[in-house]
Amino acid sequence: MIPLFQTWLKRAALEMQEYVRLLGAAFRGVVTPPIYYHDIVEQFDAIGVGSMTVVLLTGFFTGAVLALQSGLTLDQFGARPVVGRLVSASMVKELGPVLTGLMLTGRIGSGIAAELGSMVVTDQINALRALGTDPVRKLVVPRMLAGIFMAPILTIISDFVGIVGGWLVARYQLQVATGLYWSSITQALYIQDVWMGIIKPFVLGFVIVSVACHVGLRTSGGTQGVGKATTVAVVAGSVAVIAADFFITRLLISVMY
Amino acid sequence: MATQTLSPAQSRPAGPGAPVIALDHVKLAFDEKVVLADMSFALMKGRTKIILGASGSGKSITLKIITGLLRPDAGAVLVNGHRVDQLSERDLMPVRGDLGMIFQEGALFDSLTVRENVGYKLYEETDMPLDQIDRRVEEVLGFMGLAEHIDKAPSALSGGQRRRVAIARAMAFKPQILLYDEATTGLDPITATTVDDEVIKLRDLEGVSSILVTHQLRDAFYVARNMAVRKPDGVVAIVPATPEKVDESEFIMLKDGLICFEGNAEELQHSTDPYLKTFLS
Repeated sequence: MIPLFQTWLKRAALEMQEYVRLLGAAFRGVVTPPIYYHDIVEQFDAIGVGSMTVVLLTGFFTGAVLALQSGLTLDQFGARPVVGRLVSASMVKELGPVLTGLMLTGRIGSGIAAELGSMVVTDQINALRALGTDPVRKLVVPRMLAGIFMAPILTIISDFVGIVGGWLVARYQLQVATGLYWSSITQALYIQDVWMGIIKPFVLGFVIVSVACHVGLRTSGGTQGVGKATTVAVVAGSVAVIAADFFITRLLISVMY
Repeated sequence: MATQTLSPAQSRPAGPGAPVIALDHVKLAFDEKVVLADMSFALMKGRTKIILGASGSGKSITLKIITGLLRPDAGAVLVNGHRVDQLSERDLMPVRGDLGMIFQEGALFDSLTVRENVGYKLYEETDMPLDQIDRRVEEVLGFMGLAEHIDKAPSALSGGQRRRVAIARAMAFKPQILLYDEATTGLDPITATTVDDEVIKLRDLEGVSSILVTHQLRDAFYVARNMAVRKPDGVVAIVPATPEKVDESEFIMLKDGLICFEGNAEELQHSTDPYLKTFLS
């Protein structure tokens, strides 16, 4: 039992060491040349614009179902008119960032791990190095920058469509007046809430992409290994998003409130 | 990593008469498995070294060590006088500028066209004007007989065409050393011969030094025993090599991480060593 635990511990330490090394190399790749600008633009498009549909749909239906569920509960206290307050606070502070993060993990985390993993097992990464290109600068840095900067934009869009989804339910299902819904939103949202909703996705975007790149570049074992890497990237990425969300929330509450 | 004293022949800086590649007592193991127990050889400019051996004997690993993709546990590796086993990844980049490698299965970039694959290094890593790069890519693909496939995706090519595109990619930036990792494995004999012909042409017409890793004996002997000549009308022909030319191709046989044979094609064919005889039969 102890040798098994030791082996597991060694592997975990090795993975952590390689992850930190990757982050160090990526950071150097951001601040020193060469920088592959067209790859960065390409990744902003692939990760940002490409994820728009899934984020719009997720945000919209989350806001809508939140309004439906909370409407039932609020009715017990005669507080149906404040449904907008509940929807906006939940979406902006928590559900928007986390659900966008989870959707991005499923969509781009798996894609990155599969793409980089395939490149590893078919020697394309070695070919890049042999041709004088640093794979971290060429592949990891553009994806990481796109993840960090597109996640907040996607989250803001998700928050907005979520609130709109909530409004549609509030207006046509719960019969709450439009003016009442939107005014309760502005009354309930504090600037700290907005900051929290914006800061979180920066961190989540970084976590999702860095984990996926790390897992992808550590792929071994042919096509089976690529499948495994994709699964690991989604599972580890999803857990990391939830865990990071808790720690950032804890930190931001202690700093801002 | 242990450092070692180089033999006088191998410690000289690259220059006339110096080897372009030298391995000196190179050792590598993955955990308990010893891949290279003690590997030493030198490749002279314009020559061909053909590395033979069974699967898993360390042939491909040797090429990866030469390009700096893997670091040996001990020993010295020199490419054009540079100790690649001691250089950082950043310092290796200029050394790799004179080193082209053809990987097993080609390792072409799926997301790029044939043109972008072949011109990759020139497009991405140099300041060469785009029209010059395009001309160079078209020239190289014309040399390889692949001009009509320039805008295709690698997935639209046959196995042999993909290998030839990989060779074109490796030679586009005019390296003086080419490393072929199982360039003909998995190809039918006719397609393999077209790839072999390109290897011969690059060696004899472009003066490229090369290391050919293979376990295909037919291809190894074909490359050693033939040469490319340009006829007065400009047509390139593959003809039987002169005895001097045959001697310029040296064979190395690997077994259990060690070199068990080193010599020319004739010596290999007439060897009485039981392992070699089994391998050759």
